[in-house]
Amino acid sequence: MSPLPRWVDMGLLPLLNLAAAFLVTAVIILLLGENPVRALELMLFGAFGYGQAIGYTLFYATNFVFTGLAFAVAFHAGLFNIGAEGQAYLGGLGTALVCLALDHYLPFVLILPLAILGAAAFGALWGAIPGWLQAKRGAHIVITTIMFNFIAAALMTYLLVNVLIEPGEATPETRTFEPSAHLPTLQEMAGWIGLEVARSPANFSLVIALLACAAVWAFLWKSRVGYGLRVFGQSEPAAVYAGISPSRTVVLAMALSGALAGMMALNEIMGAQNRLLLGFTGGFGFVGIAVALMGRNHPVGILMAALLFGALYQGGSELAFDMPTISRDIVVVIQGLVILFCGALENMFRPSLARWFAPARTPVSVGG
Amino acid sequence: MVDAAPAAIELDGIDKRFGAVHANRAIDLRVAAGSVHGIVGENGAGKSTLMNILYGFYRADSGTIRVDGQELRINGPEDAIRAGIGMVHQHFMLIEPFTVLENLLLGAEGGWRLAPGRAQARAEIERLEQEYRLQVDLDARIRDLSVGLQQRVEILKALYRGARILILDEPTGVLTPQEADELFRILGDLRAQGRTVILITHKLREIMAITDRVSVMRQGAMVAHRATVETSTAELAELMVGRKVLLRVEKGEAHPREPVLAVEHVAVRDGNGVVRVDDASLQVRAGEIVGIAGVSGNGQTELLEAIAGIRPVAAGVIRVAGEPVVAGARLASMGHVPEDRLRMGLVRSFPAWENAILGHQKVAAYGPGAFLDRATIIGYCKRWMQGYDVRPGDPELAATSFSGGNQQKQVVAREVEHDPILLLIGQPTRGVDIGAIEFIHQRLVELRDAGKAVLLVSVELDEIMGLADRILVMCGGKLTGQVDAKDADERRIGLMMAGVTETAA
Amino acid sequence: MVRTGAYARLGWGLSAVDLYLQSLLMLDSTIRLATPLVLAALAGLFAERSGIADIGLEGKMLGAAFAAAATAAVTGSAWLGLCTGIIVGVLVSLLHGFACITHKGDQIVSGVAINIAIAGLAPTLADAWFGEAGRTPLLSGDARFDSIALPLAETLAPVPIIGPLYSQLISGHNILVYVAVLAVPATWYVLYRTRFGLRLRAVGENPAAVDTAGISVTMMRYRALLFTGVLCGIAGAYLSTAHSASFIRDMTAGKGYLALAALIFGKWRPVPALFACLLFAFADAVQVRLQGVDLPLIGEVPTQAISVLPYVLTVLLLAGFVGRAVAPAAIGRPYDKERPHRP
Repeated sequence: MSPLPRWVDMGLLPLLNLAAAFLVTAVIILLLGENPVRALELMLFGAFGYGQAIGYTLFYATNFVFTGLAFAVAFHAGLFNIGAEGQAYLGGLGTALVCLALDHYLPFVLILPLAILGAAAFGALWGAIPGWLQAKRGAHIVITTIMFNFIAAALMTYLLVNVLIEPGEATPETRTFEPSAHLPTLQEMAGWIGLEVARSPANFSLVIALLACAAVWAFLWKSRVGYGLRVFGQSEPAAVYAGISPSRTVVLAMALSGALAGMMALNEIMGAQNRLLLGFTGGFGFVGIAVALMGRNHPVGILMAALLFGALYQGGSELAFDMPTISRDIVVVIQGLVILFCGALENMFRPSLARWFAPARTPVSVGG
Repeated sequence: MVDAAPAAIELDGIDKRFGAVHANRAIDLRVAAGSVHGIVGENGAGKSTLMNILYGFYRADSGTIRVDGQELRINGPEDAIRAGIGMVHQHFMLIEPFTVLENLLLGAEGGWRLAPGRAQARAEIERLEQEYRLQVDLDARIRDLSVGLQQRVEILKALYRGARILILDEPTGVLTPQEADELFRILGDLRAQGRTVILITHKLREIMAITDRVSVMRQGAMVAHRATVETSTAELAELMVGRKVLLRVEKGEAHPREPVLAVEHVAVRDGNGVVRVDDASLQVRAGEIVGIAGVSGNGQTELLEAIAGIRPVAAGVIRVAGEPVVAGARLASMGHVPEDRLRMGLVRSFPAWENAILGHQKVAAYGPGAFLDRATIIGYCKRWMQGYDVRPGDPELAATSFSGGNQQKQVVAREVEHDPILLLIGQPTRGVDIGAIEFIHQRLVELRDAGKAVLLVSVELDEIMGLADRILVMCGGKLTGQVDAKDADERRIGLMMAGVTETAA
Repeated sequence: MVRTGAYARLGWGLSAVDLYLQSLLMLDSTIRLATPLVLAALAGLFAERSGIADIGLEGKMLGAAFAAAATAAVTGSAWLGLCTGIIVGVLVSLLHGFACITHKGDQIVSGVAINIAIAGLAPTLADAWFGEAGRTPLLSGDARFDSIALPLAETLAPVPIIGPLYSQLISGHNILVYVAVLAVPATWYVLYRTRFGLRLRAVGENPAAVDTAGISVTMMRYRALLFTGVLCGIAGAYLSTAHSASFIRDMTAGKGYLALAALIFGKWRPVPALFACLLFAFADAVQVRLQGVDLPLIGEVPTQAISVLPYVLTVLLLAGFVGRAVAPAAIGRPYDKERPHRP
């Protein structure tokens, strides 16, 4: 198949696929007897219309940045990590353990790096094990990461119900962290420089997410190890030729992927909830796949896709409030359709686009 | 004349392209009924494509097919099977976990329930086994059978479906000599029963041993037809490789010095455990070019990859300047231009500047510490692109945007400019235009004159004879001969390549 | 239920008769829990044996569960519900095929997309059509598959040993349980004794060989997905119109993935997959029983340790630590005729 011009491949094609997903959504909304244009307006207002809405949009987007980056890093190594959900869950455990252990003794500036480390390390471990099982034992990573999601869920339930629960309480949650282990909210941060911002759960992890975007970009496209990871993802023979170890690359890519997924917990646990609780990952790990596919596995694209999904998430709640026939779940439908059209059906429009934008035929080597 | 016999197969103007690759160019072919017809040519000459078209697995872009004088439109294997054509593919089309009988039944089950058809088939197949002396245990699983027996199953499968015309694609590539002899016996029996056999191979010994007529293909075209009794291995070798415009390489006397590469009694096995390189020993000294000649598929690829540290050796030692080669690690002192440029030598989707450091990504000059500096690398890349006249000279273009010659120049530039003491280079001019060939050859000679060791593997005999100071010939996984370039004679090397030993010739 | 109440207070380890009855109760609930797993695992078997990885069992079941419950609620007929459940299962299955076979899309991505989209769509439609926060109205009477008493169940009940076994364990399930029981030998027969089964197994191992035998790979795979859709449809209908009496949000609760694990654990064979399903369902039943129970010697077993067992076992199996599960060789790869030998 002839290659498409870069702007078509990176820009037009994803937009077309996205448009298809929204078109199907519009049809569903029509079937439900509502006006899709009105629904879109409501959603946009719900997501961006006022300060608090923007705050919530950013809060959700932060989750999506982390899980989207997680998927992308593994993807660049040719690996399909659908275990971000479990890795994020374990990341929450790492963060919470640091916060619970130290919040009485250390100031925020010392707890923050340790908590980040805890989230990343636990997530990395939960990603690296399936990576190792694939590299050394040939266990397929898709299946093992699915299984690890369930194992993580069971492990966390056990720990919360039996070990970490606050004594004397009925709900399986830890105690609330001391303020020294709270991430400052966007409102507080704006306050430091004298700005007035509406109250929302958006917090300092947004900054960490932006830094993670930059770090992933630098790692993949600027570092020697990241270079090797991308070579492996594109062609295993070329990696072997270049002296890049396939098994080391697989484990590393999965560990990094897990670490990024684990850091999602900073936003939820340290930023918003200030305690560890059941099911805080709420499907964000899976939606990371949609975010990464939509954002073409590039940090900038992921950032934009994360904003889009954050807006969908927030706008969807408002929509459900204003249009009683439409439930909040419509957002989940859109996410699924985006994965379908931007991922599984990404080749659907490609042949026709290739005909439209066929570049001057480039010679291909004969033989073989 | 054999031509007097009626034709079982007539192909007329068959043409096929895969993307930009012209695999078959206006092929004409006539195969007499009841004969064994050989088709020879190097790997990639288009033999398999042609036969897959006849079998309906691929569709020709143009041309006509006549079977037994009837023009046929073959849209899929089912049409070919109906017309009495059977094919034994190079990669067996068998279901590994199935039994022999199940494999034979597939596609010819005789009803929606297996049981009745199975009983009938068993009787019929046992009759065929008797008739052609093709005994196989019908209840054995394919994966437990030797390759020779698997091939027997493929032949039975074709016969069971009523094939009167049997195509075999490189049938002996995976067989031991004894198994190959047994196969020829079977093919003889088939001919005796009036069936037609088309045998694709690049091994001339087989052609001489079994065929009645032979057709030669080169670079997608049919270049000659001969009656086997009227030709010789030497003539066929020449037709296969082709007399290209002889490229003269300007070079002076070699001044070889100390040995740089030492290969001692090396054996290499492929993924299936088949021995591909058998007890190979060789040396390459600083200041000389050593060429390994041979028909492709005789172990050169595996030997080169073992030396490069890509494949593990099953036995023996390889040293570069005294340092042992370990599989999985790349020696900085070694440059390697791999045979398969687009699979190994380049990452298709990477821009030229990223490909310019493939395999050298750890070189300190490319960036501070753990990082790579894009501007620095682009600087190097630009300089090399200019120095090697790569067009277009744009470091941002993806590998696939360059022609074969310009891709190869980039790979050669990368491997030469990292200043190796030993350069391994495989098929340097495959799919490369004349201008680039001259340029690359010139560079290799300059490298030699700068006192580097060069090991060249090529199936182009002209290239080997023009470049190498010493020529080794490889056949069947063994290094079968050594010739000083000054005494090299195309006929003699051709015979050695064809596996005819010096004394036998 | 009366019979549960009669034995519940007895607890563990009293007399042999009690133990026997207790075991029957455990097995009874094992069968109920295993039914959707068995149907879904067989559904996955058809897809995966044809070379199409199917992690979308969850979504297909959920979609079918909603369709069945919604139809049953509106029409009052469980059978009509079953029909729509099957239709939805088949349609979603064909969508998977459209993406993975026709457009050579990634099979895993397609499965994830289906799971997520349906997890959203089913409650959305439930909300809009029934206004009941992601669920369908409660079903009763003919809108639900009721348990059937097999012949002589009443008569035999008082017979010791055999009586309770027959009347409680074997008799007294709804029709779909028996469908699942019959589906296993039926699948076995189709897979190993028919032309379709031979071709199905072949296409998942080496599609090029099937192609050269003159059989369409595309058609074979679509037909396999048809079976997958039907079985997922029945599994979904069982969940919402037989096991429960309405559709509720996320009612599959990972059963699709559990079925996939059972399929792998059963090495992609119908009978071993059945036993894997029974084992997993038994673990589930035990876990419910063991909640808060102190076992002699062991003490209290955390229920999570039991519920996680299927997943841990599957991982260990895949990693070759307990036996080896070899997937159909061609699974996960779209068939590309022009380059059949390249990975």
